[in-house]
Amino acid sequence: MAAILSAARGSRRELALLSLLGAALFFGFWQMLAISGLVSKFVLPSPGEVLIAALTMMVEPFAGNTIQGHVAASLGRWAMGFGLAAAIGVPLGLAMGYWRLLDAMVSPVFEAYRYIAPLAWVPFAALWFGTGIGGPVMVIFTGAFAPCVLNAYRGANLVERHLVEAARTLGAGSIRVMAEVLLPGALPSVVSGLRVGAGLGWQSLIGAELIVVSSGIGYVLVQGQSNLAPEIVIAAMVAVGLTGLLIDIALRLAEARIRQRWGQTP
Amino acid sequence: MSDIVFEAITKVFPRGGSSFTALADVSLEIPDKQFLAIVGPSGCGKTTLLRMAAGLEVPSSGIVRVGGRRVNGPGADRAVVFQQFALFPWKTVGENIAFGLKCKGVPRARRDELTRDYLALMGMSGTEDNYPHQLSGGMQQRVAIARSYAIEPQVLLMDEPFGSLDAQTRMVMQEELIRISRVNPRTVLFITHSVEEAVYLADRVVVLGRSPGRVTDVIDIRPVREAERWDKVASEEAMEMPGFGHLRARIWRQLRQEMQISRTVAEV
Repeated sequence: MAAILSAARGSRRELALLSLLGAALFFGFWQMLAISGLVSKFVLPSPGEVLIAALTMMVEPFAGNTIQGHVAASLGRWAMGFGLAAAIGVPLGLAMGYWRLLDAMVSPVFEAYRYIAPLAWVPFAALWFGTGIGGPVMVIFTGAFAPCVLNAYRGANLVERHLVEAARTLGAGSIRVMAEVLLPGALPSVVSGLRVGAGLGWQSLIGAELIVVSSGIGYVLVQGQSNLAPEIVIAAMVAVGLTGLLIDIALRLAEARIRQRWGQTP
Repeated sequence: MSDIVFEAITKVFPRGGSSFTALADVSLEIPDKQFLAIVGPSGCGKTTLLRMAAGLEVPSSGIVRVGGRRVNGPGADRAVVFQQFALFPWKTVGENIAFGLKCKGVPRARRDELTRDYLALMGMSGTEDNYPHQLSGGMQQRVAIARSYAIEPQVLLMDEPFGSLDAQTRMVMQEELIRISRVNPRTVLFITHSVEEAVYLADRVVVLGRSPGRVTDVIDIRPVREAERWDKVASEEAMEMPGFGHLRARIWRQLRQEMQISRTVAEV
């Protein structure tokens, strides 16, 4: 039993080695497929070509900017859309957890809204904001909003009733109850919601950039396609993946720290 | 004047398709600075009464007045001590006690001063920077009591405050509460299911019956307590005195009767 457990758990180093092995197998298979001549280089460029394309774009502008410039443009839009979703979504979720009437009023619309994919908002984003900054920000917002609201709401519902009642009998008004009781009580759940929202927002952003703007990493994807440069498309995809991963790691670290500090709820 | 008056309180809860009468026409008066304990079998509505005084529950009919003013919603003039302590786990002991003062708009320097004073009153000086989970149950309830006293409420509402403590801690806390109410007398409504606790702490004990909840007996403890001088001896000695024994037996008889009545009702 102990042997099974320790094998299942694995040491840190064993797990790291396995991860490396997995990556090596993936890239090895990709490289072999590319050099075997089975597929044309216009269908699938090799990892080496992608790396060269990425490095080139880091110094030579493509579609108006370097690749890091495009990533920065995308990150700026993401930060705005996500920030807006968090700033509106978390208080709304907490308020829904506090006032049953608001919950009853908002929930039906919200439940339907959250099944509409962020990309479905692209036509409206284009209609309302044209090619300005508002369009992509709106699409990111629609992607990040639902998890922010839902997790704040669920977190607020899990806060012990006695704490809310204690605060009210000590003379706290609604705003103070939400800020000083529901928010800290729901914080672990709120932060999980922010993490999911950040990821969904980032995914929706790329979709929005395919359509409505002329900068950013999604735009690089489209331009790579129309220039018949698949290595650029893949390089952009890698940049999207890595940036998303970095956002997630940063938020995971924040989440772990908050859970550590807030974990000792009785 | 900070008295608590329940005027013809009835509380009906919807239960499934029908309804359940938790309290039927309960009238009760707690004069200024009196310590009143309510005992009764579970389900007799004693906690509901307290929650109505706190403004956390609304009577189906009847009026609750505190200090002459009709209760409609929670307020800092009526502090509640909960069985589950209800300390904010993310706030330190000091921040917990200061919370109500902050709500009142008391300036910071005065807040710190009051926090220190009331911690000292509870014999817990120097624990300001601890988090609740670092304290034992008894200590946590001391903090909760200090938090309630600190806002200087007109009345204190205590809902089985020692119910989740072990027997020894409970006894220490009872003596402590007697000591504090001597230093800082308040109107207190105290809910408990311990007959000893009620007799030992209260000026008057109210026995509630159930199905529906109503007042079956009101016993004045003070004459016996003063005659036998309970406050001059340790609590376990007070509980062995003949007067204490008589009062305890009288309340137990009431409770036993109540339980038999409701059993008969259930069988019918």
